[in-house]
Amino acid sequence: MPIQVRIPTPLRKLTGGAESVSATGATIAALMQDLESRHPGLKERICDDNGKVRRFVNVYVNGDDIRFLDNLQTAVKEGDEVSIVPAIAGGER
Amino acid sequence: MAEALAAAGVGRLVLFDADVVELSNLHRQLLHRTADLGRAKVDSAAAKLVARHPATSVEAHRERLTAVNVDMALAGVECIVDATDGFEAKFLLNDAAIRLQIPLVHAGVVRFLGQVMTIIPGESACYRCLFGAPPAPGDVPSCQEAGVLGSLAGTIGLLQAAEVIRYLSGSGALLTNRLLTYDALAGRWRHVRLRRNPACPACA
Repeated sequence: MPIQVRIPTPLRKLTGGAESVSATGATIAALMQDLESRHPGLKERICDDNGKVRRFVNVYVNGDDIRFLDNLQTAVKEGDEVSIVPAIAGGER
Repeated sequence: MAEALAAAGVGRLVLFDADVVELSNLHRQLLHRTADLGRAKVDSAAAKLVARHPATSVEAHRERLTAVNVDMALAGVECIVDATDGFEAKFLLNDAAIRLQIPLVHAGVVRFLGQVMTIIPGESACYRCLFGAPPAPGDVPSCQEAGVLGSLAGTIGLLQAAEVIRYLSGSGALLTNRLLTYDALAGRWRHVRLRRNPACPACA
């Protein structure tokens, strides 16, 4: 059951430029594992060494922050839209 | 964005920036001219703003806001606009806005991605409710390697100006408890819902 995951522009070099990629998994944690197998390096940009979502990144399911759902155990199903939203800053040069 | 605010009749603008105009700024910082290269950004910007909008008072402070000076610098303004270029400054402004109870219109841009949100202290989610801490150096691409699309900076800056105008005039709905993201590569606008974090280190 593929789930669409929206990739923010700063992480798209890990997805070959794709804005949206498919992944499978019943929970966000499982989805992250699947994403990593398809796009190596992606998970470590989103999760820290303990597997928790980094503090400058948020993950949303259908527009809702997983921190206010069941965090990494939040259930996902086909048709859900998962978005990764990083803190951004730029333009120093 | 300062231009849009002055044009809308905002009576007083207070600018803070310690940098001088560089060639690499000109694609997105539209107040500066090639002849301004090397001039203090706040002086260059203030000169253009005043020339076009003489009724607006523009205070130019050639200094970087820090934990030491930020509260004194911002006290008394009606609204804070974050047009900074680094995470440290964004968290600094957020925390100062919460302490001073002054609304903040936050934005960030990098490459082709822009974000805007408005923070009403004590009422809506703040930047730290959304992101607990800035990334460590090396966790995200540096600005030099990432860059930013010039027109995206303008798009996001004008959205911030619209937020300020709505706030000052008390009309319409602000971007509170929602983050607007604009992907200038895919041409896609999206919102995500935000909530105040009951354990927020800044505003809880």
